Amino acid sequence: MGKSGGKTDPAIQFESWGRYPKFRADVVPLHWPADFPLKTPPRTRQLPVGLGRSYGDVCLLENGTLLETVGMDRLLHFDAETGMLRCEAGVSLGQILDFAVPRGFFLPVTPGTKYVTVGGAIANDIHGKNHHVAGTFGRHVLRFELVRSDGTRLVCSPIENPEWFAATIGGMGLTGLITSVELHLRPIVSRRIEYRGEKFHGLDEFFALSQAAASEYTVAWIDCVSTGRNFARGIFMQGDHSETPGPLTRSKEPKLTFPFDLPEFALNRFSMAAFNTLYFNKQLGKQKIGPIDYEPFFYPLDAVLHWNRMYGTQGLLQFQNVLPHESGREGMIEILKAITKSGLASFLAVIKFFGDVPSVGMMSFPRPGPMLALDFPIRREVSFDLVDRLAQITLDYGGRMYSAKDARMTPEQYQAFYPQWQEFARYVDPGFDSAFWQRVTGRRPLVG
Amino acid sequence: MLALGATSAIAQATLRLFADRHAAFFLVGRNPQKLAAVRDDLLTRGASAVTSLVADLDDTAAHPDMLAQAVAALGGLDIAFLAHGVLGDQPEAETSYPAAEAILHTNFLSPVSLVTWLANYFEAEHRGTIAVISSVAGDRGRKSNYVYGASKGGLNIFLDGVRNRIDRAGVNVLTIKPGFVATPMTAHLPRGPLFAQPAQVAKSIIRAIDKRKDVIYAPPFWAVIMLVVRSIPRRIFKKMNM
Repeated sequence: MGKSGGKTDPAIQFESWGRYPKFRADVVPLHWPADFPLKTPPRTRQLPVGLGRSYGDVCLLENGTLLETVGMDRLLHFDAETGMLRCEAGVSLGQILDFAVPRGFFLPVTPGTKYVTVGGAIANDIHGKNHHVAGTFGRHVLRFELVRSDGTRLVCSPIENPEWFAATIGGMGLTGLITSVELHLRPIVSRRIEYRGEKFHGLDEFFALSQAAASEYTVAWIDCVSTGRNFARGIFMQGDHSETPGPLTRSKEPKLTFPFDLPEFALNRFSMAAFNTLYFNKQLGKQKIGPIDYEPFFYPLDAVLHWNRMYGTQGLLQFQNVLPHESGREGMIEILKAITKSGLASFLAVIKFFGDVPSVGMMSFPRPGPMLALDFPIRREVSFDLVDRLAQITLDYGGRMYSAKDARMTPEQYQAFYPQWQEFARYVDPGFDSAFWQRVTGRRPLVG
Repeated sequence: MLALGATSAIAQATLRLFADRHAAFFLVGRNPQKLAAVRDDLLTRGASAVTSLVADLDDTAAHPDMLAQAVAALGGLDIAFLAHGVLGDQPEAETSYPAAEAILHTNFLSPVSLVTWLANYFEAEHRGTIAVISSVAGDRGRKSNYVYGASKGGLNIFLDGVRNRIDRAGVNVLTIKPGFVATPMTAHLPRGPLFAQPAQVAKSIIRAIDKRKDVIYAPPFWAVIMLVVRSIPRRIFKKMNM
């Protein structure tokens, strides 16, 4: 029987999935909900961190104390009648799937990676391909326990401490530590997804396909490199959980690991154009229909561990925004033109329409309208300039950007995207902080 | 399955794999809240039954009653898994005999007491497995943790002897030697590339129990590292900083 918590690693260099920026911090592993507040209170500010799959600096805190939650990974109760799962906040969505799929259940909402913790999914109020029908993750959370750095333990739900419930969902880990969670899983009868992929040329075709789509899950891959005739071509992908009883086995563990940091020159205008053309032509016909496994449908990148090494040690910038319906078409065209012109886009770009299911979180990102997400390798000056410009276009068109994927928003932009930020600030734990929060509240200058 | 020190990180990871197989458990640990969380976790994951008992395993006088209670609760034992232990404070143990004695008591004398009872129980049953978590540190004394190392080294020799005695009765004695594992016990050490996750170690353990192995290193690459460590000549080893 070991000693719990309270002792720290020496300060280590900590990076998010985007590997930019990087900050030194103490990392304290938490193994039990009672490990927090720490027995020896740290002299620095604190911030919970799960699996570190957010891209920018929401999970970073320079010279701070990061509370690593993955050791709190117990499943506490499951009701197979209702699909209610109670678990600790460090459980990953992948661990939930390993448990739930063989029992005929699935996540109510899943992002593009299963390597996120439940606590992280709440803190960033993540969304998935079914946003237009299911809303964000927070809508399926029934209750959680929030522990403040002064030791106060708050049970939060839509009817218990509802203001803390709303502030913590999408609250970027700043309102306190989430220790345990109750959420609703949805029933399935098979691992399979009835898939349908359709090629499109241009945003108008994408908009038409989105309008006509009736599936639970929809998303499109979009080529952000090609210009001219191939401008904004892509593949519109939709799927539904198969209703034909099929396999309900546990997923195998991925065997591939991206083995090393790719040198900077490997990703360039030519290699990316080639990738995009290959991907567009991977599907030969205009349409492709059939059942596929949920792993490649939801988590194509999870098959290769550490795929972010593809961008080298300098890392990547992620950009994700949503625009209102009214200005969506015009705004997205301007954004796509800016991106193709820069020649910086990589291969991983997705576009989707968010629906009008309201988010329960005070600071949640999704709102109705078209959403675009893509990443850029970091080339000093040019990448930063481009993302800064895209942020400005987003602001001009009345949209907003996603905190979990940002390393560049200015305080002015953030505060315009999220005018409720001062209301939210009242719920921030006085012992907590993040590099992101310092930046967007004007307490940390932009670097690079 | 009887699990002693059930709230340790390696124990929890291993018990989860047995919960997948719908095992019934008797858990022993010191902290009631932690024990309750482990019980809930195992039941949720498929355990057919979980009984738990709060006890301090340093109290050797209480062992026979406790073990008899486990046998009664489970209706007989098949696997006994010993996972309790302390790393201790080496610098303190160098100057304070009581500190050294406490490490030896928890890591050596307590398992000796438990295994003595269990060996007799299983020998009479002509079946069963005694799986004990030791450590690579028991392979050779090093200045950084020789009191802990001695407790585990003594345990290894004791288990060798018990194995030699009851193997013929059809009882398997498994000595598990993990290397660095990312657990609360090692939370104060810098996490290097040699650190394994408890789940990885748990996989090695369940495989070894299934295959009735005698001694395993977990993860297996520690067998190579310790072969090297053991083969360094003493006149060089004594000058090294390890």
